Order: sequence, then C-alpha cells, then structure tokens
Amino acid sequence: MPDLSQQPWPWYAAGIIIGLIVPALLILGNKTFGISSNLRHICAACFPADLPFFKYDWKKEIWNFYFIGGIIGGAYIASQYLSTGNPITIHPDLKTELAGYGITNLNHLLPPEIFSFSSLFTLRGFIMLVIGGFLVGFGTRYAGGCTSGHSIMGLSNLQWPSLVATICFMVGGFITANYILPWILSL
Amino acid sequence: MQEPLVQQIDDNTACVNTSEKVHPWWYNLKYALVGIIFGIVFYKAEIISWFRIQEMFRLQSFHMYGIIGTAVVLGAISVFIIKRMNIKTIHGEKITIADKEFNKGQIFGGLLFGCGWAITGACPGPLFAHIGAGFFAILIVIASAVAGTWVYGYFRDKLPH
Repeated sequence: MPDLSQQPWPWYAAGIIIGLIVPALLILGNKTFGISSNLRHICAACFPADLPFFKYDWKKEIWNFYFIGGIIGGAYIASQYLSTGNPITIHPDLKTELAGYGITNLNHLLPPEIFSFSSLFTLRGFIMLVIGGFLVGFGTRYAGGCTSGHSIMGLSNLQWPSLVATICFMVGGFITANYILPWILSL
Repeated sequence: MQEPLVQQIDDNTACVNTSEKVHPWWYNLKYALVGIIFGIVFYKAEIISWFRIQEMFRLQSFHMYGIIGTAVVLGAISVFIIKRMNIKTIHGEKITIADKEFNKGQIFGGLLFGCGWAITGACPGPLFAHIGAGFFAILIVIASAVAGTWVYGYFRDKLPH
C-alpha cells in the first residue's frame, strides 16, 4: 500500500485499485463500469423531451447515481483530509509552455486561471468550459462510452469496438492538445 | 426502416445488466462505497488534474498511461476469471456483460470526445470528482456535457453511424 499522505500516489497503486473496480461492480450486482451513461440518465430524468433516445426507465440505472455520488464524496474526503497542500509538480517543458499563456498557479489540481466562474466571461474560458464540456458530453454519447466504459471496461472485456474508440480518443486528444489547445490558450 | 436502425445502433448503455431482483434502496449504498474509493484514488493519484492530462497528450509523463494500462490488465484478468469460473454476484445471479457493437460513432464520437478531453482535461468521471474537491466552476462543464449529450440524442437519427 502506498503511504496515504504521499501525493501523487504511484501509477501502479491507482491502476490496481481502478482495475479492481471492474470485478467489484460485476460481483456486487452485475453492473458494468461506465460513467458517461450518467449524463444520458440525467437527460432521461430531467429533459427527456419525448426523444426516443431518452425514453427508457432511468430509475433502473439509479445505482450509477449512487456510484458518482460516492465519487463526489471520495474526492471531498481526499481534498479535505488526505491532501498534502503542496503545489503540483509538472514536467518543466509544460511549465514553460503554460507560463507563456499566463498559467503559472500550480497550487491546485486545475489551473484557476481557466477553471473559475470569472473566466467564463473571457473567450478562452468560454471555449474551454462550455465548448470543451459540450464535446465531452456529445462525443462520449456518440462513441457509446468514455474512458471508463470503453477504455477500461470495454478493453477488459476484449471488445474491439472499444479499442477503436480508445484509439480515436487518443488521436483526438493528441491533435487537440498539441495543435488546437495552444491557439485557444493564447486567446 | 428507421425504427430497426435505432434499435440496432443502441449503444448498450441503458437498461442492460439490470437485476431481476428487487432490493431496498440502501442496497445501492454498496455502489456509493466503491465510488468513494474511486474518488479518493482520482484525487490522490492526480488523475483529475488538468495538468496530468496535458502531460499525457504531450508524452511528457508515463503516469496516466501506467494507470490506464494497469487497470486494463487487471480488469481483463478479472473478467477472464469471472467468465471462466462462472462466478455469480453476491446475490447469486449470473454475471453477463453486453458486447459492444461497432458503429462509426466510435470513430467520430471518439475523436470529438478526445478533443473535449484535451481541452477540459477531464473525462466524465473526473468531472464529478472535481465538484467533490471543491472546483465548483466545473458545474458549468458538467452542464455543458449534459447539453452535449442531449443534443446528440436530438440529432441521433441524422448523424452517421
């Protein structure tokens, strides 16, 4: 077990625990690991608008709301009681690159220069919070899953469509992070 | 022709693996407990950090690749054992995992999600963890993601699959 106070936990510790979530959910109640479905269940519960895609009994999927409720609680516990409070250590090249865009605050897991309510009223903040979020919701549902449903659950079950999806996630991410995001960050 | 198509491309995310048994609501707390563990790992391993995702897409760190790779290997071994030994749930039910059907959505949707992942530095799981960790501006990102999901549902029949 890693030292609980240490941060970040090493990759193998995190990887082992996340990998074990797959059998845990299956054995606890025959549930497949997948988080982006919750975005669909929220639509089905709150704004079904008579669309066939949202007409199903979302209450049968309510376990997943408990699951993400737990994620929120776990992140709260970790941030309140297990946090070191130290700044995040990042690759020097990334640090230099981000400083060029005015992003220098490394005291939190997210840069407050972007992820704050006030940044919403800048072009850069609007694109990153609103357009970025829209792409996450639209893209995951179009692909039929996200990192958990395809890359971890799907690959664990040796599903080749999930491999296609995972490769496309990475290709989209590489192109965006290296060629599109620098332009957005410079706005 | 339209109706069977919708059935055929259903993405297996809703109403599968639903238990036939009826349990009281608090049985769901077991999933909340798994979620709490996941949330702590998300935070402590810095998986929910925008910076870690940027390092991943710039090949500046092995961290995220190590996490996802280890999780997949362990998940695959677990699924193999569950299928091979015909392990049942704690309530004695058979474990079934629906196959993923291929459609072009995994390509187009996958590329679009990858784009959103690089911008927001988060996939759907970390977005919820951010709220717990006190990054409330992420509520805007979640609301936008719900909107994106809804717009997909609205235009679904017109999109290539």
